[in-house]
Amino acid sequence: MKKNSVAKMCAMIFTGVVMSVLISGLGFAEEPIKLGVAGAHSGDLASYGIPSIKAAELVVKEANAKGGILGRKVELLIEDDACKPEVATNTATKLVSEGVHVVLGHICSGATKTALGIYKDAKIICMSPSATNTDLTLSGDYPNFYRTIAYDDAQAKLQVEFATNVLKVKKVAVIHDKGDYGKGAAELAKKKFEDAGIQVLLFEGVSPGAVDYSAIVQKIKRSKADLVVWGGYHPEASKIVAQMRKKRMDTMLLGADGLKDDTFIKVAGKYAEGVYATGPKDVSQNPLAISAKKAHQEAYGADPGAFFYSAYAAAQALLNAIEKAGSTDYDKLSKALKTEYVDTPLGKIKFDENGDATGIGFSVYKVEKGQFVEIK
Amino acid sequence: MDLQYLFELFLGGLVRGSIYALIALGYTMVYGIIELINFAHGEIYMIGAFTALIMTSVLTMMGLNQLAVIVLASVAAVVYACAYGFTVEKLAYKPLRNAPRLSALISAIGMSLFLQNYVLLAQTSDFLPFPSLIPDFHFWEPYAHVLSSQELMILITTAVVMVFLTFLIKFTKIGKAMRATAQDKIMAALVGIDVNRVISFTFVVGSATAAIGGILIASHIGQINFYIGFLAGIKAFVAAVLGGIGSIPGAVLGGLVLGMAESFFTGFLLSDYEDIFAFLILVFILIFRPAGILGRAETQKV
Repeated sequence: MKKNSVAKMCAMIFTGVVMSVLISGLGFAEEPIKLGVAGAHSGDLASYGIPSIKAAELVVKEANAKGGILGRKVELLIEDDACKPEVATNTATKLVSEGVHVVLGHICSGATKTALGIYKDAKIICMSPSATNTDLTLSGDYPNFYRTIAYDDAQAKLQVEFATNVLKVKKVAVIHDKGDYGKGAAELAKKKFEDAGIQVLLFEGVSPGAVDYSAIVQKIKRSKADLVVWGGYHPEASKIVAQMRKKRMDTMLLGADGLKDDTFIKVAGKYAEGVYATGPKDVSQNPLAISAKKAHQEAYGADPGAFFYSAYAAAQALLNAIEKAGSTDYDKLSKALKTEYVDTPLGKIKFDENGDATGIGFSVYKVEKGQFVEIK
Repeated sequence: MDLQYLFELFLGGLVRGSIYALIALGYTMVYGIIELINFAHGEIYMIGAFTALIMTSVLTMMGLNQLAVIVLASVAAVVYACAYGFTVEKLAYKPLRNAPRLSALISAIGMSLFLQNYVLLAQTSDFLPFPSLIPDFHFWEPYAHVLSSQELMILITTAVVMVFLTFLIKFTKIGKAMRATAQDKIMAALVGIDVNRVISFTFVVGSATAAIGGILIASHIGQINFYIGFLAGIKAFVAAVLGGIGSIPGAVLGGLVLGMAESFFTGFLLSDYEDIFAFLILVFILIFRPAGILGRAETQKV
C-alpha cells in the first residue's frame, strides 16, 4: 500500500517533469531522440532480453553514423524489468520520466502488459520483439502497442487461411496429443476453422506412445475429412500419417511447428511426402539478416541471441517511422508505422491496424523429396 | 450401424489385442511359475526392437537381400532378447528367490529403469526410424485399405506363437516340467525337476515372444525409442491381469478384450478417454472376478 502510493506520487511528479521536458523539447531541434530499451536484462530470462539491447545498439550506431534521425542524435535509455510485471511498472515510469520518445520492449508478455498502460497514458509508442500474447494487440486495449513477432494465434490463423484458400478443404478432423502445446494449438485451430465456416468433424486426443493408432485412423477415414490437422509433436504425427497411408488413405495432413522438424521426415520416410506444416519463417537467407548478424559478430564477438532479428527490425521500424513522420508526435508516428514499409532482417514490414507486423511470422511448408519446402 | 466400419474397428482391435497378447504372454508365464511380476519385460521388448534395428542396418549395409535380412535380424533380436531375459533373471531375481515377494518386485522395477536408462545412454533419446521389414504383399493389395500387410503379419505371427506355446506347454517334456513347477516348486524339485533350469527357460521363452512382438510392432509403427517398452508393457500387464495372470489363454483373451475395447471405444466414443476406459474395464473385471477372466481363484497374500 505504502509502496503503491509512493509509486503513484513518483508517477505524478515524473509525469509533470515529462510534460515540461516535452514542452521545452519542442523548441530545440538538437535534443536527442530517446529510444528506450526495456525488458529482461537480468535474471532467468536475461538471455531473451539482452539481444534486444545489442540489436538496438547496432541500429542506433548505424543511424548516428549517418547523421542521426531528423538531424538529431539517437540516445538509448536501457531499463531492466527482469521480466516481472511488478518491476515493469517502475521501469516504464522511469523511462517516461526520463522523457523517452519511443520504447523497444518489453520482452515478456506479462511485463509488457503492465507497462503498456503507463506508456498509453503518456502517449508513447511501445514495440516488442518478443511478446506473443494474442490479446496484447487483438484486444484493442493498447493502440500504442506494436510488435515484430507473430502472436500465439497467428499460426492457427495461417493454418486456417492455408486450408481454406489453398487446399480448399470443406471438412477437417482436428487430432491432438492431449498435451499443453498440442491441445492448445488444436483448440485454437478448431475455433478458427469453425469461425471460417469449415466443418470440424472430429476433435480428439490420442495417447502419445500408444502401440498403434488404427482406431483413430479408421475414425478419420469414416468421417471423410479432407484434411487432418495435427496438434502435437512429430513422433505421433509420423505414426498417424504412416498408418493412414498404409490404409491407402490420401487425406492430407497439416501440422504446426511441433511437426516441422527434420526428425519427422527421417522417421516417417516416404510417408512424410506431401505433409504440410506451419513453422517460423526462415530469415537466415535475408541479406539484411546476414549483415546484421555480421555486425553483431564484429561488435560482440558472438552469434546473436534469441529475438535479435525481431528486435533489430523493431528498432529499425521505430526509427524509420520517426524519420517518415518528421517528429516523435504520437499520432504522426502511429500513422507512419501503419503506412510506411521498412526493410528489416525479417523482410519488408509495416504494421496492421492492430499493431502486428505484416509479412512476418510463420510460413507453410510442404514435404517434398525428403525436405520441408516453403510454400510461397 | 455401419457394418464395414464395425469390421474395420474389429480388425484394428484384433491387431492391437494381438500385440498386447504377445507381450502379455511373457508376464503371465513368469508369474505362473515364480509369482513375480517382471516389470523389466517391457524393456526386453524394447531391446528386441533395438537389436532388430541395429542388425537390419548392418545386414543391409552388407548387401544381403531383404528376406535374409528379415530372418537374420529377427533371429538375432530373439537370441539377444533371450540372453537379456536369462541374465536379468540370474542377476536380479534368482538371488531373491526366497526373499519376500516385495523385494523381487522392487528388483524388477529397478531392472526396468536400469535397462531403459542403459539404452538411453548407450543409444539415443531420439526417435529412430525403423525400416518396414515386412513388405507390402502384392496379393494382399485389394484388402490393404482394411488391413495392411504388416497388420496381417502381426495376426498370423501371434496365432502361430500361440499355437506353438500351447504345444510346448501341453505336449513337451519341458512344458510338463513348467506346469509342475508352477503347481508346486518344492514337489517338482523332489521328483527330480531342475527348477532353476525351468525358470530360466520360462524367462527365455517369454523374452523371445516379447522380442517377436517388438520387431512386429516397430516394423508396423515405423519408429522406436528407449521408452516404447513402458506403455506397451503397462498395457500388456493390464491384459495379463485382465485375463487372469498366470493363465496363458487368459493372457491372449485379456489382450484381445483390451485391444477390442480400446478400438471400439475410440471408434464410437472419444479417443481422449481410451486409456481411462481400458483401466476402467480392468477395475470392473477385478471387482467382479478378482482373479481375472480365466484366472484360478486363490486366496493369497501379496
